[in-house]
Amino acid sequence: MTYLLVIGTRKGLFTATGEDRRTWEVRGPHRLDSADHASMSAVYAVGIDPHSGRILAGAESSHFGPSVWYSDDAGEHWREPGTAPLAFPEDTGASLTRVWQFAFGDVPGVVHAGVEPHALFRSADGGQSFELVRALWDHPHRADWFPGAGGGAVHTILPGVLGCGERSPEAMTVAMSTGGVYQTGDGGASWAPANRGISAVFLPEDEPEYGQCVHKVALAPDGSMYAQNHHGVYRSEHPARDGWQAVEKGLPTNFGFAMVAHPHRPGTALNFPVVSQEVHLPPEHRLGVYRTDDGGGRWLPATEGLPEEPYFGIVLRDAACTDGADSPGFYFGTRSGDVYAADDGGPWHRVAAHLPDVLCVRATEV
Amino acid sequence: MSVTVHLPGLLRADAGGAAHLPVDADPSAVLRDVLDGLVSEHPGLDRRIRDEQGRLRRYVNVFVDAEECRALNGLDTPVPEGTDVRILPSVAGG
Repeated sequence: MTYLLVIGTRKGLFTATGEDRRTWEVRGPHRLDSADHASMSAVYAVGIDPHSGRILAGAESSHFGPSVWYSDDAGEHWREPGTAPLAFPEDTGASLTRVWQFAFGDVPGVVHAGVEPHALFRSADGGQSFELVRALWDHPHRADWFPGAGGGAVHTILPGVLGCGERSPEAMTVAMSTGGVYQTGDGGASWAPANRGISAVFLPEDEPEYGQCVHKVALAPDGSMYAQNHHGVYRSEHPARDGWQAVEKGLPTNFGFAMVAHPHRPGTALNFPVVSQEVHLPPEHRLGVYRTDDGGGRWLPATEGLPEEPYFGIVLRDAACTDGADSPGFYFGTRSGDVYAADDGGPWHRVAAHLPDVLCVRATEV
Repeated sequence: MSVTVHLPGLLRADAGGAAHLPVDADPSAVLRDVLDGLVSEHPGLDRRIRDEQGRLRRYVNVFVDAEECRALNGLDTPVPEGTDVRILPSVAGG
């Protein structure tokens, strides 16, 4: 089996391939364009289309703006659509800052992109052109959504699901910072907040209807969800119906950015704690991963193979993932430019070291 | 009338490799008109220079002769016959 890991960093896109998740061939930074203005861009979002194998990269040149690049040969060659693939309509007055997320559903060719400023786009041609999802953009809550330190963006897209037992092609769950979790059951024509139980330590109400700074929501295979919030770790079997329940026992802190759910076992997830909203460093200055196997009832360290010396790089919201294989692997990268991989439940092995700070990772079997 | 637009190396691939491009414009043209004329011939340049609302990108500088356009009248700066328009990435970024 060959695994492909795509790594977006603050200075370019890297790939790693390996047969056993232990030894890797790392390549990059890949040349997205011949002039290299995009090759050295920050890559905040990568996506691997499960239907076509196409890799999408949301690259952001500090001089020449954001765009989307794609490769149909596992990263060997890259192309950019002839016209700007993601652009706000004129009447919005908005302009794209960056792409934060690509998500793929059951329909081949359909790709959703979550972007900054807070918006969701839909593509029906594999990511070469996108259209703004109007009802979310026009949502009356929009005026109250504001950017956190990382910017105001839709960063989580879970197509086809509202919770346990409720899947349909018309369903979708998204999360944004700030704003929180929103869901649609009618193909994006209407959206409702689904944040009951999630705190907002920066707002006067303990649990407002919306406005939370949810950092990441991870979808479990049964439709339940795990959420890493701006202080608060939660699980929900159905956010709109049941709300969210805190699941923090065993974690050293309840702050962080990334969350990864096991692709086949609903009770298993990985979390990557950060000290606090004021201190974006790993607790006790040790690179740490925590794992639950009972739906968040208890989290235990899963640190075998990780450095034992002091460490100061955290894991950002999209810098952790699974490859979704039958026997899955898990991956994460840090702001210190180190990337690790592990078999399910196994020790971590270093994929790469000393890269630019890692913003996102995505993996698949090829 | 004609003005000359000078492109930085990073953008020449979006203009067929050209470093200097003559752009025909009306005698009353402002910088926006010149850029419109430029990207009508080389549409791939537009997204690099301006966002989708037509605003100059923050770290792209456009000099009208020796003055950066933001110190003049921005995209409404008059561009008379014979003007050199230079597009340069700013010192920021990278």
